[in-house]
Amino acid sequence: MKVVINADACTGQGRCFGIAPELFDFDDLGNGVVKGDGKVTPELVEKARLAEANCPEHAISIEE
Amino acid sequence: MSHTKPLVEDFATDFDHADPQWVSDPYPIWEDLRTRCPVAHTNRYGGAWFPATHELVSRVAKDTENFTSRSVVMSNLRPTDEDLPAPIGIAPPITSDPPFHAIARRLVLPAFSPGVVNALEPQIRALCNRLLDDMGDAAVVNGGTQFAQYIPVGVIQQMLGFPLEDIEMFLQIVIDVLDSIDSSAEDRQATADKNRAYFEKQIQDHVDNPRDDFTSYLLNAEIAGTKLELDHVIGTMVLTLVAGIDTTWSAISSSLWHLAQNPDDLARLVNEPELMDVAVEEFLRFYAPVTMARLVAKDHDFNGCPMKKDDWVLLGFPAANRDPEVFEDADKFIIDRRENRHVAFGLGIHRCAGSNLARLELKVAIQEFIKRFPTFTLENPNEVTFSPGQVRGARNLPIRVK
Repeated sequence: MKVVINADACTGQGRCFGIAPELFDFDDLGNGVVKGDGKVTPELVEKARLAEANCPEHAISIEE
Repeated sequence: MSHTKPLVEDFATDFDHADPQWVSDPYPIWEDLRTRCPVAHTNRYGGAWFPATHELVSRVAKDTENFTSRSVVMSNLRPTDEDLPAPIGIAPPITSDPPFHAIARRLVLPAFSPGVVNALEPQIRALCNRLLDDMGDAAVVNGGTQFAQYIPVGVIQQMLGFPLEDIEMFLQIVIDVLDSIDSSAEDRQATADKNRAYFEKQIQDHVDNPRDDFTSYLLNAEIAGTKLELDHVIGTMVLTLVAGIDTTWSAISSSLWHLAQNPDDLARLVNEPELMDVAVEEFLRFYAPVTMARLVAKDHDFNGCPMKKDDWVLLGFPAANRDPEVFEDADKFIIDRRENRHVAFGLGIHRCAGSNLARLELKVAIQEFIKRFPTFTLENPNEVTFSPGQVRGARNLPIRVK
């Protein structure tokens, strides 16, 4: 499982790196970026799901 | 103010966001409009529309072809194509349209990125504690006029590098721009001229004495190797002051208003501090302070409504946040709501540039207030007032703290 950000949809709402700083970071404009390869370890599945469910721009997806 | 105008009888055909009923409790109005319209209309302000659902608010926010941001505060001063410096607008980037918008926004975003903003946390915390200290041993304090309003004012004053003694004047500038929606066009213009003179004076002071603050940052900023035009610098400073102050002030005061009336939520926040982050998002959803505006860019049909060029559209993010199509139990405040795709900071390319700062101020303000006063209640609910217009929040907020 991995998390993906659609950079075209991201506007820097800041929810993903607030909820799951283990999986997401921000760039110098405040847009969300995926940390590393975005792979979600079992203990972070819930946080990944919440990051997806809280993005107002629907910019985050989870790929199995 | 609004007392000179007839009261609204039907918000579907004659809405007015300055009507006393809308100001005191807009939520039932929006719920009614969602089921009945869902796009309301009014001939006031020269003609305006109000989409009340999340779907339609979202569609307007993301459609920069049919809707322009050249003016985002709906008033009787209806700008025409000649009045506004296209494509910059009066307060870039909020009043800018593509393609200039992206340039103006890219310029300011680094100053408001989480990395920069998070470093301000200690000074925001210290500011909150100074305000709480100033309350002394009073049994009744004012959560609005003694606390909430001075937090963003203090933060923005430091950020722009303006004199501390001008704080009361900043408040007046904000109130002039946002609360005087029923003033005449002449009065609004006179106020704008006065404010511009003040900003020019501050800019000259920064030219003479450059320092490490947002004003100097703007004066040094370049677009394609050229320094910004004076109109651009002043516009962005006005935006920082106006958009950065009573928005956050309103979010803080409405959150305290909620906690003063909901002892269970207050107790949970005091006893479960780890809830704060989700609680802050629910405060933002439930009491979203900011309604934006757009002008219709060209005649077109929107959801069956014949929109004409230069009609206003009131962009109700707070209404979208209460749409039951998107939020379960939308009209319930749920302090531990984990799934909360709220749009308090807007949607699309105009997402509030200061959202990271606003969120931090709101969180720190609530944390410090409840640390100082773990139990408190509304002193006199009838005395609580709410701001009229596009930024909604509790203004007079008497709170009994002991």
